[in-house]
Amino acid sequence: MSCCSTRVPPETARASAAAARDAEFDLSAETPRPGVRRLHLAAPSMHCGACVATIERRLGAQSGVLAARANLTAKTVTVEWSDSAQTAGEIAAEIEALGFPVYAVDDAKAESAEAAAATDLLRRMAVAGFAAANVMLLSVSIWAGAEGSTRDLLHWISALIALPTIAYSGRPFFVSALGALKGWRLNMDVPISLAIVLAAIVSLYEVSQGGHEAYFDAAVSLIFLLLIGRWLDSLMRGNARSAARTLARMTPRGAWVLPPNGERRFVPVDEIEAGDVVQLAPGDRMPVDGTVLSGTSALDRSLLTGESEPVAVASGGIVEAGALNLDGGLTVRATSTAEASTLADIAKLVTAAEERKSRLARLADRAAQIYAPVIHLVALAVLLGWLATGADLREAILAAIATLIVTCPCALGLAAPMAQAVASGALFGRGIMLKDGAALERLALVKAAAFDKTGVLTLGTPRVIEAPALEDQDRAMVAALAGQSRHPMAQAVDQWARHQRKATPMPTLDDTRESPGEGIEAMALKTPVRLGSARFCGVERTDGASALSEVWFRLGEAQAIRFGLEDTLRPEAAETVGALHNAGIATIILSGDRAPVVKALGETLGTDAEAELRPEDKLARLERMRKTRTPVLMVGDGLNDAPALAAADVSIAPANASDVGRAAADIVFTGRSLGAVRTVWHVAQQTRAVILQNFGLAALYNMIAIPAAAAGLVGPLEAAIAMSTSSLLVTANALRIRLVLPAEPQVAVGAAAAERGTKGGRETAQQGALA
Amino acid sequence: MNIILILIPAALFLGGLGLAAFLWSLKSKQYDDLDGEAARILFDDDGPAKRPADRR
Repeated sequence: MSCCSTRVPPETARASAAAARDAEFDLSAETPRPGVRRLHLAAPSMHCGACVATIERRLGAQSGVLAARANLTAKTVTVEWSDSAQTAGEIAAEIEALGFPVYAVDDAKAESAEAAAATDLLRRMAVAGFAAANVMLLSVSIWAGAEGSTRDLLHWISALIALPTIAYSGRPFFVSALGALKGWRLNMDVPISLAIVLAAIVSLYEVSQGGHEAYFDAAVSLIFLLLIGRWLDSLMRGNARSAARTLARMTPRGAWVLPPNGERRFVPVDEIEAGDVVQLAPGDRMPVDGTVLSGTSALDRSLLTGESEPVAVASGGIVEAGALNLDGGLTVRATSTAEASTLADIAKLVTAAEERKSRLARLADRAAQIYAPVIHLVALAVLLGWLATGADLREAILAAIATLIVTCPCALGLAAPMAQAVASGALFGRGIMLKDGAALERLALVKAAAFDKTGVLTLGTPRVIEAPALEDQDRAMVAALAGQSRHPMAQAVDQWARHQRKATPMPTLDDTRESPGEGIEAMALKTPVRLGSARFCGVERTDGASALSEVWFRLGEAQAIRFGLEDTLRPEAAETVGALHNAGIATIILSGDRAPVVKALGETLGTDAEAELRPEDKLARLERMRKTRTPVLMVGDGLNDAPALAAADVSIAPANASDVGRAAADIVFTGRSLGAVRTVWHVAQQTRAVILQNFGLAALYNMIAIPAAAAGLVGPLEAAIAMSTSSLLVTANALRIRLVLPAEPQVAVGAAAAERGTKGGRETAQQGALA
Repeated sequence: MNIILILIPAALFLGGLGLAAFLWSLKSKQYDDLDGEAARILFDDDGPAKRPADRR
């Protein structure tokens, strides 16, 4: 059960949930039947089967609960209970008491609509598959030489299977084609629909006349193959959860507000105004920006910064919207409305950027714009050509339809989704999650790349790079003292000291005390020793813009000693940036950090660097890059990167990024090495090459097939063979992506969890010392 | 050739059976939570609570 533990202690969660969230959850619960309430909750910390069992058992034991179901894949819980027995907040509190923080799901409807659309495609595909297999079976007997009434019977059975299937399974294509035609546009679905419908009508006419040639098998297998491509595509798109939606989920719906002289009341989040006094219980998320009036607590700001280390706040401290209050009650004065909070600003930027991005044309769509009119003109030319040479209308139409069917973009429809699905599978094995297949198309062409610093190029864990020569004894003392603290800087000093120290016995320390944000002190044989900030060790600040962070050590009244620390570079950061640079891609660092630090890193990596950028600055900088060199790649992790991630043509985030950072990125990689970026880039180029080859194959095949069809040489048998061969070729070519991937050690997906676990520091510091 | 009058309906029936089974499994949400179902098989008690009856 160790994987099921969370930071929010159950008692405090229960206390906070008591009333405030009651109102909140009540707003999101629905009433499916009279007297019955239903609640959808997101429980992101649900990790294993035991979590599922625990939640379902606990809920099932509650009075009035009719049904409870946890979904481990979607990380959601759905509960139904009779209205009179419990309130929505009590249900949610029950789950939180088990140690699973839950959020109300606003967008259950939007999400289930997406899932329903994918299921719908799957259902149509199954029906088309069934029909294609059976009609093909019947067609084989016809081609094998069925004659007279037997052939007519087989044709009629084919028609009986094919026509309803075409009507049902072909619907997505017809709807899309009609939509396009209404807007005076052509898309790939127009020639597809035309070929299918004409083939069905003409075949039916032929069969009723006792003719030889029916294209039912071609029409049905066409639908089947195209639906496979369409379904693969929807599956990949469904994975791309909207970042803006994740943000909305993280914003609370209301808070307890204390009027100047009156009862505290629960106020919906849009009615909170600047100046209101808000009470924040442990386990609550801050709805607006504010400053602390009273109380002390630790805040989890991982939503905003991606940094999992809790931050201590006291009176006068600043609390941003979206920060999670961990252990103490806080009274906060709102400094903004929810509309104007940091979180809402970023959400707005992200939404705008996502909208723009969704309009980017896909490779296959662009190909269709050229392809569709050409097919139509060719088919029309064939029809007119036959009529001109004196053939009768039936013969001319048959030849035109054969042309439409053999040129139908079956291979085109499969080319991109198949290659992307294979690439996605291959990347997943290396711990890289692809959320949007089309992102690979854009990544392959990337002309410029922007990197965030902390958390992307560096791991956010410091290491000592400047240290004085120390006596062994002192070194042992430093190690003993630093080892007492969990602060990342102290951990780094500890690592350094352990590496330097020869076999000296550790001194014993008594009376260890740590002051948050200051340092740690202890008594060693009646001498006070201190490790911490310059002020803490009584050092006058020798000011100057240093690229290094500092930790000071002082033994008794002796001269204080300075340690210079630098953030650890992510493994392969230099190689990856270098590889992109060598490939002619402009690289730049966009960081919110202090200028000297960023500049130093830029020099190390040999790239341009811009420092002290706010989220909107990053976005503006990125938009400017897009004007001169598109497409642009953004690699970032924090919430402050989210707008830039969403705006970039393609974006990559590490798995230990903030939730929003991960949601905004197209590609997420687990594991420590930045080499993943290079791997994805290689795979993207390979995928693009394969897609283009597939288009080439389709074109080549058309060059052979069109003249044959135009000459009236292509009957149903030839069309069926040509169509399945080209689809098989395209699929086989896509599978090559797996073969050309560089052989690399497999990165377990679990590495992400391990990564987050060690973020505090020990192993990372060791790695840094070795690097 | 009269045998095809039996064989074709038989083939269609068997194929239809497979299709129906797939559509049923899809409808009863057997593909919704692949990770969860894998773990669920290991619960040895008599099931905590039934799943919500209606389908969204």
